[in-house]
Amino acid sequence: MKVLVTVKRVIDPYVKVRVKSDGSGVELANIKMTMNPFCEIAIEQAVRMKEAGIVTEIVALSIGVPQCQETLRTAMAMGADRGILVEAPADVQPLAVAKVVKAIIAKENPQLVIMGKQAIDDDSNQSGQMVSALMGWPQATFISNVTVNGDHAEVTREIDGGLEKLTIKLPAVVTTDLRLNEPRYVTLPNIMKAKKKPLEMVKPEALGVDIAPRFKTLKVEEPPKRSSGIKVADVKELLEKLKNEARVI
Amino acid sequence: MAVLIIAEHDGTLLKPGFANTVSAAAKIGGDITVLVVGKQCADAAQAAAKVSGVKKVLLCEAPHYEGSAAENVAALVLTIAEQYSHILAAASSHGKNVAPRVAALLDVQQISEISAVETPDTFVRPTYAGNAMATVQSSDRLKVITVRATAFDPAGEQAAAPVENLAAGPDLGLSQFKSAELSKSERPELTAARIIVSGGRGMGSAENFKILEALADKLGAAVGASRAAVDSGFKPNEYQVGQTGKIVAPELYIAVGISGAIQHLAGMKDSKVIVAINKDAEAPIFSVASYWLVEDLFKAVPELTNELSS
Repeated sequence: MKVLVTVKRVIDPYVKVRVKSDGSGVELANIKMTMNPFCEIAIEQAVRMKEAGIVTEIVALSIGVPQCQETLRTAMAMGADRGILVEAPADVQPLAVAKVVKAIIAKENPQLVIMGKQAIDDDSNQSGQMVSALMGWPQATFISNVTVNGDHAEVTREIDGGLEKLTIKLPAVVTTDLRLNEPRYVTLPNIMKAKKKPLEMVKPEALGVDIAPRFKTLKVEEPPKRSSGIKVADVKELLEKLKNEARVI
Repeated sequence: MAVLIIAEHDGTLLKPGFANTVSAAAKIGGDITVLVVGKQCADAAQAAAKVSGVKKVLLCEAPHYEGSAAENVAALVLTIAEQYSHILAAASSHGKNVAPRVAALLDVQQISEISAVETPDTFVRPTYAGNAMATVQSSDRLKVITVRATAFDPAGEQAAAPVENLAAGPDLGLSQFKSAELSKSERPELTAARIIVSGGRGMGSAENFKILEALADKLGAAVGASRAAVDSGFKPNEYQVGQTGKIVAPELYIAVGISGAIQHLAGMKDSKVIVAINKDAEAPIFSVASYWLVEDLFKAVPELTNELSS
């Protein structure tokens, strides 16, 4: 079975994000970039399924600026067999992402698409659901377990109150939650090997997809700052403050 | 303007966040219709009818709407969508699952997790774990939106609005609900609690969470956990507060043994009063705390519980 996995290049989650003074966005110059953590989990899942003999080929797909080639190389160092980069400006909105993924699905015919549940930059949490909708396929979002069983998959989803178990028909789209797996570290020999793996560059026009944005970002601002707090000496003082000053207990 | 809200419920009760979503809808303006769809959910429909501002409730029951049923629910919403200018859902795991599917089927770009309504087409939403608030203007003919519940006050009560039946759509047969394992707790739900006591990696073990639970019970509070605590296996994922877990804004949030990673702060920094207890005087959590105590949690927490008992 062939699997398609999407990977997004994002600001490193441990970097403090700074809003540009002109309100046009966040500062991206000289900022450390990395693979979105949920996409790492998606690649890891595909690689584990390949190691288990269920998956025969893993295709990694990224959409964005030329530097996304690095993200794809990381995916290939983790175990993806080849990469596709659809060249586009930095911020492609989720509906456009889903249309590009759909066009790639038409060329590649995967049985399973694994995507991160959310990118930690725009925090949209949409693309996987949208791909599944456009394909008319089943979706299983926020999964913590997946087992392929012939033409079906058994999945466990993380929902607000606990867990939900579903059986979905394949082909399908699944999106990863944190506890699906712990991604491996890439090793130097695998980074070297990944450099030799095929990486195809595609223009969105060649796919016949319109990636024009549907919403305009008018401004980006810092959130309101919290007023600085008070250090209390002990539990007694803390309780006194909570009772008499904050009046919350 | 006409707004449709896709309600989340357990068959009987509406999930916390529904009344807040109604408030967001009221800010947009126009009549508010609520869709209550599920296997069996007439009670939830009655409850929705009593939330102030709701003009009409559509009730749709069928076995193939059991569980999340995103594929079947989205297909149902599609049959009525064009009557509305806006389709809203709370940004819960349910809303996040179904709303983007609806949006894609309508060929519109969803606006996720709005925290403010500026005009009927312009909204504020947090990005980068809440570190950059983006004001966005949609050019789509119909707006599909998820709502960050904590950013809106819950709507009050009213005399019941009419409940109408909506005929069920077909079962697409794409996915089948097997079971739900919901964690049972006597404590309030995280997203609805007035007080939350959360533990982080500093708790050291699942066993040690008992001292937090004792404090939570004394305060009538919910228990939460940081991603580090969840990753370490101290608590299941549904306890996780943060950018990719639950977003909470209680009146009082007590963070115990939590260092304050960016993604955790994203989930709780809008709480009214934040208390941080950590033995590390340099912990970043102190930067958002209203009151902070530098002390070993294994000493401070039992002492706090004791003081509250006396």
